[in-house]
Amino acid sequence: MAKAEMTSSLLETGAALRFPRISPAGQAGTSFKPEHLAAIIAESGPQGFFEVHAENYMGAGGPPHRALERIRRDYPVSLHGVCMSLGGPQPLDREHLARFKTLVDRYEPALVSEHLAWSTHLDTYLNDLLPLPYTAATLSHVCDHIDEMQTAIGRPILLENPSTYVLFKDSSMSETEFISEISRRTGCGLLLDVNNVFVSATNHGFSALDYLRDFPLSKVGEIHLAGHAEQADDEGDLLLIDSHDGPVADAVWRLYEIVIARRGPAPTLIEWDSQIPDWPVLRAEALAAQAILDRHAGHREASHAHG
Amino acid sequence: MPTADILPLPRADFAGPFSAALLFPDAETPALVTGPRGKRAEKRYDVYRNNVTVSLIAALASIFPAVERITGPDFFRAMARFHIRETPPTSPLLFDYGRNFADFIDRYAYAQDMPWLSDVARIERLWLDSYHAADAPVLAAEALAAVPPDDLPALRFQPHPAARLVSSPHPAITIFAMNRGSGPVGRVENQSEHGLIARIDDEVTVRRLHSGVFAFLRALFDGDPLAAAAATALDADAAFDLPGAIGEMISAGAFSHIRTEADHVEHA
Repeated sequence: MAKAEMTSSLLETGAALRFPRISPAGQAGTSFKPEHLAAIIAESGPQGFFEVHAENYMGAGGPPHRALERIRRDYPVSLHGVCMSLGGPQPLDREHLARFKTLVDRYEPALVSEHLAWSTHLDTYLNDLLPLPYTAATLSHVCDHIDEMQTAIGRPILLENPSTYVLFKDSSMSETEFISEISRRTGCGLLLDVNNVFVSATNHGFSALDYLRDFPLSKVGEIHLAGHAEQADDEGDLLLIDSHDGPVADAVWRLYEIVIARRGPAPTLIEWDSQIPDWPVLRAEALAAQAILDRHAGHREASHAHG
Repeated sequence: MPTADILPLPRADFAGPFSAALLFPDAETPALVTGPRGKRAEKRYDVYRNNVTVSLIAALASIFPAVERITGPDFFRAMARFHIRETPPTSPLLFDYGRNFADFIDRYAYAQDMPWLSDVARIERLWLDSYHAADAPVLAAEALAAVPPDDLPALRFQPHPAARLVSSPHPAITIFAMNRGSGPVGRVENQSEHGLIARIDDEVTVRRLHSGVFAFLRALFDGDPLAAAAATALDADAAFDLPGAIGEMISAGAFSHIRTEADHVEHA
């Protein structure tokens, strides 16, 4: 692929940037942090795929777009939205939806994902992935929102399972039932965050293995792995926090290998969003995931269906 | 405590009660949440409270690093927390947050002995606007050289999308520059300062301008033609050097285009 040449000639004619199609199938990737750009460019050979938070690239111009153009030229990019508020009761923000579509059109990402959560109430943006009750009413809202987003951007999304710290007294469905039904009704794929499963299972006292047994793995188009932190709840029991500030825990690695053994390789992302280490440390985490993916390569390779 | 005469909420309206206590540590944990098997939810709900406030403080700290360095992290955290409660973000784009922070600092009781602090915040907010502004080529000196002399007085200069003017009755630019990095800070002469924030080759720079150059640039940015802007500049500073100022502002990346009255053609 003569991608660099093609890109520069298009730039000279003033045409919109177009990027090569690069598949992340069977690859491990990392969160893209601008401070790693120089180190990433300095290395030759494959570096997996890169995931960015969509909102960080919704400015009109400037250095963020140079960095993402540079990465997108050579690597598959996953566009991960964190504030669409798909899980909230109020209508989606049309402006935000339009910005998201612009970004999808501009960067032609290999993967597009959002969360089963909400972050805006009325006009206030709360900057956290907040939980929702699992009921027939909320199911219907979330499905409408996902339909609206998928129609707006012209492609299916992957919906990520949350990590949660509280339950709702109103909930009448399990999270896996809720998510399975969303995928069935909207046709969306799923982003399975294995750390979130482990965090929620610990916090709410259910079995992570049962959750994974009930989770529709055939719909999974991407997997997230991340580190968590430990606190205590009101009773003094362990409460895990989805902190993304350290290496992936051993228990999460074990769950991940179980998932890959059952599902076959899926693009897998190491999320590391605060106390960000130097590039080699982050890349080493991704290589650990790659080793597991490679061990199961060729085994029930279903990732093309949703990747 | 809920009473019998309060109508039950519609089932889907969980977001109002859930979010009502997020920014207020003394408010009660919403009654609609629980821990598993009847466990308490106070500390569990506090995780969300903490995430919201801490992440928004971090967002302000990343937009206003010089203010944080000047005040120290504890002072900054307390000041930011007040501001977040009073003016939480209304857009999911956090690089747009903090537009009212400088005005808040002006009113903040504990910042009154730093009258220049709000202007440092204003410069930091404009710095980030410049960083994210639309891409556009900067005006080349050659484009100006090609303009016929008769057209020069009526020539208009289009500000570059990333260019911003700053002006302070305090030495806010010098204080900003000293505190943006981790280098040593020194004594600052107490005087007013004017400046230009601009972006060339993806690098945002803040430069101080003499009063004449600043008056000239502000007139051009307001849409005045070259001759009128030069007259304004000479009013502000009798020693104003027109060719020098034009050259300095072009190389600083202040403009994207020039436009003559005659042809309405833009020259980049």
